[in-house]
Amino acid sequence: MKIFRSILNLAKPHFEKGGLLEKHYNAYDAFETFLFVPGEATAGGAHVRDGIDLKRTMFTVIISLAPCLVFGIWNVGHQHHLAIGELTGVLEGFGPKMLFGAMRVLPIVAVTYFVGLNTEFAFAVLRGHPVNEGFLVTGSLIPLIVPPTIPLWMVALATVFAVVIGKEAFGGTGMNILNVALTARVFLFFAYPTYISGDQVWVAGDPGNFVDGYSGATPLGVGYIDGMDGLTAAAPFTYDLWNMILGTIPGSIGETSAIAVGLGALVLIVTGVGSWKIIASVLAGAFAASSLLTALNISPFQGVPAYYHFFMGGMLFATVYMATDPVTAAQTEKGKWVYGFLVGVFGIVIRVLNPAYPEGFMLAILLMNVFAPTIDYVVVRSNIKRRAARVLQ
Amino acid sequence: MELVNIFVRSAFIENMVLAYFLGMCSFLAVSKTVKTAVGLGAAVIFVLSITAPLNWLIYTFLLRDGALGFISPVFAEVDLTFLRFIVFIAAIAAAVQLVEMVVERYFPRLHVSLGIFLPLITVNCAILGGSLFMVQRQYAFGETVVFGAGSGFGFFLAIVAIASIREKLRYSNIPAPLRGLGMAFIMTGLMGLAFMSFAGISL
Repeated sequence: MKIFRSILNLAKPHFEKGGLLEKHYNAYDAFETFLFVPGEATAGGAHVRDGIDLKRTMFTVIISLAPCLVFGIWNVGHQHHLAIGELTGVLEGFGPKMLFGAMRVLPIVAVTYFVGLNTEFAFAVLRGHPVNEGFLVTGSLIPLIVPPTIPLWMVALATVFAVVIGKEAFGGTGMNILNVALTARVFLFFAYPTYISGDQVWVAGDPGNFVDGYSGATPLGVGYIDGMDGLTAAAPFTYDLWNMILGTIPGSIGETSAIAVGLGALVLIVTGVGSWKIIASVLAGAFAASSLLTALNISPFQGVPAYYHFFMGGMLFATVYMATDPVTAAQTEKGKWVYGFLVGVFGIVIRVLNPAYPEGFMLAILLMNVFAPTIDYVVVRSNIKRRAARVLQ
Repeated sequence: MELVNIFVRSAFIENMVLAYFLGMCSFLAVSKTVKTAVGLGAAVIFVLSITAPLNWLIYTFLLRDGALGFISPVFAEVDLTFLRFIVFIAAIAAAVQLVEMVVERYFPRLHVSLGIFLPLITVNCAILGGSLFMVQRQYAFGETVVFGAGSGFGFFLAIVAIASIREKLRYSNIPAPLRGLGMAFIMTGLMGLAFMSFAGISL
């Protein structure tokens, strides 16, 4: 750290008032605060028990994303090797799989950060406010919710759209109404649907080398068309419950493994960064909706038990990392229960009843982001009403 | 069951505001605070549930091809559908006036809370749109009643949602050129994106 401090001390005079690079002070400030703020907590007497701030909150989220990223990298390689019929065992060929995955995933991460941070810095310098660290989390979420075959220029375009229209137009970090990473994904989804849905995009590599009969369909796609029979089809392409929990299935880069997401959820809940109320209520809502639709027998997922929905597609990932976004979710404690429950219900409803979209949680969370302020409004109003009535007595 | 489908479809899947972008003027102008938005939303539900069935009656018994046949066989050939725009809007204006007088006389409190919105939405294109969709989709009378109420409810949901968002945005550091209407337009677009989640659901 001392090296960084001395470099910054060396650079500081140039950025201060009267210096050569005075206009770019905010860019300098971003680096300094990222490394050295918050400095200390008060020792006694005062109320500041912990110096936690936005930066540390964001960093906790990034740490909690690490298992998903690492597993995602391995799984991109694993799916590729499954498709070409080499090293198909889960324990075989760890090195080549990581290497293959890293070559696919790391460029997406690099492009997202490069483009996103440049946009963010440009806005900070233009509008004269300090760079805020909001993009750190967004930038690590976007690569995890796109397919491994996504063209890099699309990632760049979606990132710019989400940061400019979804966040900076609203005034920057903490002011946005819609989750920024999901805005990027929904932009891709409606602008280039063939690159982000269907059966062909989830496995990286040249389809010409794939073994005969390999479809590349995700469990969600298979379950929608063939029900339980499709999921239990012949090896090696079975999607049984264990495969889905472990995450050795095709899908967006970071979303497949329930175990990796669970680890992340644990970090978020223990540190209090993610709201357990939202996570619990999304799961409850999703379970209620899928049980009801299964019981009414109008679900095309024939014979698939309701709890399977938890492990298919991006439901858990979206629940843990996106529904709990403290900026766009409902802010009131009661509102969080309502918000989460409706996310779960709408997610399953879209997934099951809407033939146009295989996965519903992305859209369900965006929809509830739109209604979160309304939920808060109602909760706050009823609270005021109740307390006013108490005063009048 | 069919009626439930029509209600859900008109409120969510084919939302007047966020799927067809009808009724934008009042949607953007009266959504600054939640309170007025609730008032306008209620008025739209009210007016749509009245004018859609009213125009259904006018259309079925006066305008439709051969509808005048009951007067004398001479008129059986007459097709007045080309008059529907002007007749519908006149019927809407007349009905709203009538409704306003009745409400003012017998429900003064409701009249005060609806205020200017009742006459204002006479010219709201969502209302005329409701009547025209009713013709285009060939709804029966019962279906038209439900469709009118459902579309009104969809408008209510959308305007209350954007009003609470705009109340929240008042504390945001929005770039100066975008403050006010500019941001409302961007937000409407993003809300439309979120409402795309229903597009394609067939009940």
